[in-house]
Amino acid sequence: MTEAYIYDAVRTPRGKGKPNGALHEITPVQLAAQVLEALRDRTNVDTADIDDVVLGCVSPVGEQGGDIARTAVMVADYAQTTAGVQVNRFCASGLEATNMAAAKVMSGEAMMAIGGGVESMSRVPMGSDGAAWATDPAVNFHSYFAPQGVSADLIATKYGFSRDDADAYAVESQKRAAAAWEKGYFKGSVVPVKDVIGEVVLDHDEHMRPGTDMQSLGGLNPSFEGIGTQMPGYDDVVLQKYPELEKINHVHHGGNSSGIVDGAAGILLGTKEMGEKYGLKPRARIRAMASIGSEPTIMLTGPEFVTRKALDRAGMDVNDIDIYELNEAFASVVLRYMQALNIDHGKLNVNGGAIAMGHPLGATGAMILGTVLDELERTGKGTALANLCVGAGMGTATIIERV
Amino acid sequence: MTSTETITYDLDADGIALLTIDLPGQSMNVINQQLQTDMSALIGKLASDDAIKGAVITSGKASGFMAGADLKGMNFSGGGDSGGGPDKSKMATIFDAVFALNKMLRDLETCGKPVACAINGLALGGGLEVALACHYRVVADHPKIALGLPEVMVGLMPGAGGTQRLPRLMGVQPALMYLIQGKNMSPQEALGFGVVHEVAPADQIVAKAKAWVKANPAGGVQPWDQKKFKFPGGPASAMNPGFAQTFIGGTAMTIKQTSGNMNGPFAILSSVYEGTQLPMDTALRIESKYFAKLVADPQAGNMIRSLFVSKQAAEKGARRPEGIAPMKTQKLGMLGAGMMGAGIAMVSARAGMDVVLLDRTMEAAEKGKNYTSDKLGKRMSADKVQPILDRIHPTTDFADLAGCDFIIEAVFEDRDIKRETTEKVEAVIGADVIFGSNTSTLPITGLAKAHSKPENFIGVHFFSPVEKMPLVEIIVGEKTGPEAIAKALDYVAQIRKTPIVVNDSRGFYTSRCFGIYVQEGTTLLGEGVNPALIENAGKHMGMPVGPLAVSDEVSIELGYKVMQQTKKDMGDAYKSGAADTVVEKMMDEGRHGRKNGKGYYDYEEGGRGKVLWPGLREAFPAKDGAVDPQVEEVQERLKFRQLVECARCFEEGVLTTPEDGDLGAIFGWGFMPFTGGPFSHMDTLGLEHVVRVLDRLAQEHGERFAVPQMLRDMAEKGESFYGNAARKRAA
Repeated sequence: MTEAYIYDAVRTPRGKGKPNGALHEITPVQLAAQVLEALRDRTNVDTADIDDVVLGCVSPVGEQGGDIARTAVMVADYAQTTAGVQVNRFCASGLEATNMAAAKVMSGEAMMAIGGGVESMSRVPMGSDGAAWATDPAVNFHSYFAPQGVSADLIATKYGFSRDDADAYAVESQKRAAAAWEKGYFKGSVVPVKDVIGEVVLDHDEHMRPGTDMQSLGGLNPSFEGIGTQMPGYDDVVLQKYPELEKINHVHHGGNSSGIVDGAAGILLGTKEMGEKYGLKPRARIRAMASIGSEPTIMLTGPEFVTRKALDRAGMDVNDIDIYELNEAFASVVLRYMQALNIDHGKLNVNGGAIAMGHPLGATGAMILGTVLDELERTGKGTALANLCVGAGMGTATIIERV
Repeated sequence: MTSTETITYDLDADGIALLTIDLPGQSMNVINQQLQTDMSALIGKLASDDAIKGAVITSGKASGFMAGADLKGMNFSGGGDSGGGPDKSKMATIFDAVFALNKMLRDLETCGKPVACAINGLALGGGLEVALACHYRVVADHPKIALGLPEVMVGLMPGAGGTQRLPRLMGVQPALMYLIQGKNMSPQEALGFGVVHEVAPADQIVAKAKAWVKANPAGGVQPWDQKKFKFPGGPASAMNPGFAQTFIGGTAMTIKQTSGNMNGPFAILSSVYEGTQLPMDTALRIESKYFAKLVADPQAGNMIRSLFVSKQAAEKGARRPEGIAPMKTQKLGMLGAGMMGAGIAMVSARAGMDVVLLDRTMEAAEKGKNYTSDKLGKRMSADKVQPILDRIHPTTDFADLAGCDFIIEAVFEDRDIKRETTEKVEAVIGADVIFGSNTSTLPITGLAKAHSKPENFIGVHFFSPVEKMPLVEIIVGEKTGPEAIAKALDYVAQIRKTPIVVNDSRGFYTSRCFGIYVQEGTTLLGEGVNPALIENAGKHMGMPVGPLAVSDEVSIELGYKVMQQTKKDMGDAYKSGAADTVVEKMMDEGRHGRKNGKGYYDYEEGGRGKVLWPGLREAFPAKDGAVDPQVEEVQERLKFRQLVECARCFEEGVLTTPEDGDLGAIFGWGFMPFTGGPFSHMDTLGLEHVVRVLDRLAQEHGERFAVPQMLRDMAEKGESFYGNAARKRAA
């Protein structure tokens, strides 16, 4: 099979996903288009050679609807021959899009393809697209639906992580993100977002709170205790599936969960020949990809399983990976992952993650793959695995290897 | 065409037809086949006869407008059928039958002429659904008139358009509240919700309804059939976040409230979710499909039989000996003014009886009376409580029992004290007054020996708290006579509770089988099984609380005392089990149950919170290398241990009918109500299956699961409890 190589990876900075966020005035299609423009302009590739653009988007309705990938291709003035497709694998959409773009290259469907994602959470709120999973009583009952926050608290309870464990993890995420920004580790990949008159509206991750400590987090109330214990009472729903637990320990709050932000990201992939055509040095090759499904009520323990599957596909061992990146959807997700696979925190999310910098749902997967590639290059290491927990019990992973 | 068998027809000078529903020979209107036939004919006439300008539907019964469908006449699939989910071949048949009713009411609301409904009294289930298919509703102005769709309470769902018309009238969210909880509304509430249009004095409702028909010749179009129709409370669309949120939250709440065990509420949720997004004709088909799916499952039939048919029959005296004149109690002698005696005094006084409330000290007797003022004072006005209090006469003097025509004894559970009390009472009022003992464990035959006419001695076992618990277990001793049974049943009817009649044995029926649930839970704990798993297993399979929580409530100490007494009584025949060791250990630890704030749970002081005692796992560790069983295994043990004990009660003759067994289990100790009770459940599982599971459990866990010979014989012959009971009745 043809190898798929990464030639470039960029992302926007992440703006607070609120009306006072810097990116709130930027339409989602602009966020996506500016990423596409940057990939084109940084590599000088003739976009006629880019066969397809695959973009993840989790709430693909309203101004994110109607195939935002093809729309962004048009806005970015790519060749009109470049196709575009929007995909949704919930929180892993951006990584799934990258895997699909890579698969297109590997299968010979595309010579070059872009994988990435976009989400303006301030403009198209989470849940705007509805979901039979939650809304249709027959489906909901069948799967014992619970919101992710309750699932994250279930993980903490089942695997024994306390509020302090979760808060300590969050403090460290903030610390690492602040240090990485300070040392300029992200500067090669972050593309400032510009407004209609070409002025930069944001050039850094806006959600971070570098001064966060245990004390400041200690004052926050658990976010999911109300819906868990009172109305409508999701704790009783999840205990139906996990009867070994007496009650749910609600440890998560805004400070140890991923932030709601706006942003976009893109990764340019292509064959070896295409790199040679444009004199581009391949930064890494895609070594393995995987997606899995697992128990949907606990929902967010999929990373363990998808990591094992991807390693298996690659013929690798947990210790063969130099750096891990797991999206910080909730602190317990990462704590459970490290516990289950016996991965040292020193090898994982070394420059912080979504607790500090935010999780623009459709884009995050491509963002963290770019981040880990930058880190491999900076440290001169060889292999990395990026993965995310995904709604409804899924998981998606990608293993890359520098060449 | 004139009147039909069930509906009288009267056309007035304005061309308005008055259709008065009046089922012959019935005290209350219900929807049966004849009514459907007659109504269809009249709807046809209404639509086609130009002389008719409109119609008013009302009832000829003083008892109300109409109750629901004739549940006794409905032939559902439950009881006796083998289980395993909905039966597909049956579903299409049920759909045809139930959709015919939906179609008829749809014909009514689309007949092109205005139809008003004059609701003179209660309109429940199908009764309200008929009214909702009319274009205008006037209800009599009486706050006690109940309007509602309570089908869910007996395992059903509304099947005549209720899940579609109620949301279109009052909005999806409020309608769901009423549909899922089966809650009734008063006329004024219904007016506020837009479910009725007018509330008027009872003697004016027909005139008001006619006036509306006359004034609205074009009123024969339902709101939902009009272009401008807007759903109250926002559009019924999955695209409407409010609508979506209602179902997301509503489903979670329903899972929480039912542990996912009841089919009815989920069928209602789906019918409303899918149906409200559709035009009415399609919506009604959806409702009928969910109805068919629901009643094709044995659960609905089992619930209707136990919770409705058997319950009503028991309350109307199904077990009352024939040929004995009514024996209403006028003056009750209540011996013992503790919690039970005080509660019995209260419900008896409320039912209009005079009660002599006797205890050893005047202070105790007065305290018993105060129970009534405390409890009722919170809910009723003082002028209503006072006459009830005036009927309760606290005393310490046995002579005050003179004139009592029924005695209930609720003194300390000690044979000597009970004997002495019995003798003292007899000395005052003689041996002819029926004497009831509210013992929960001591065999009646033995207690009756203290009475010179044991045929007049009977067990009348109440549950605590008396005012809330609906069941009374009547225990027939060896020598108890039919008059005592009649007297006790007539008394239970007076206080409006549900009786079962059982024969004498240690623990009778309910205490014996209820204790089994606790015992098996305690045994599991003794084996080192995770206590949270034990508790959740019990709750999730449909018991009201976990076995350890129950044990704390009734007190571990009490269980310990009963155990000691049983050991003493049985001598060498007593077999010690793992549960005994657990109870002894808990006693050693000073953990006596809820009343001392620590048992299997730790109780927050003053608060309602409780957490499992963290020391439990250490006190009862898992055996080396043992992992917790699957929840299904725990549930199997908790359930089949009860089933086998119930079957034994049947074999031993403690129970003589499966109905008593089912009602006693559901209302006595909260046994999984959605099954219709242990006997319905065994029939539904199939006795052959029950025997197979029990044989395996007996092998793995011991003799307590051993199959009674009678059950094995029945299984071999392919029999069922209810099948045999029906044959016995027919013979």
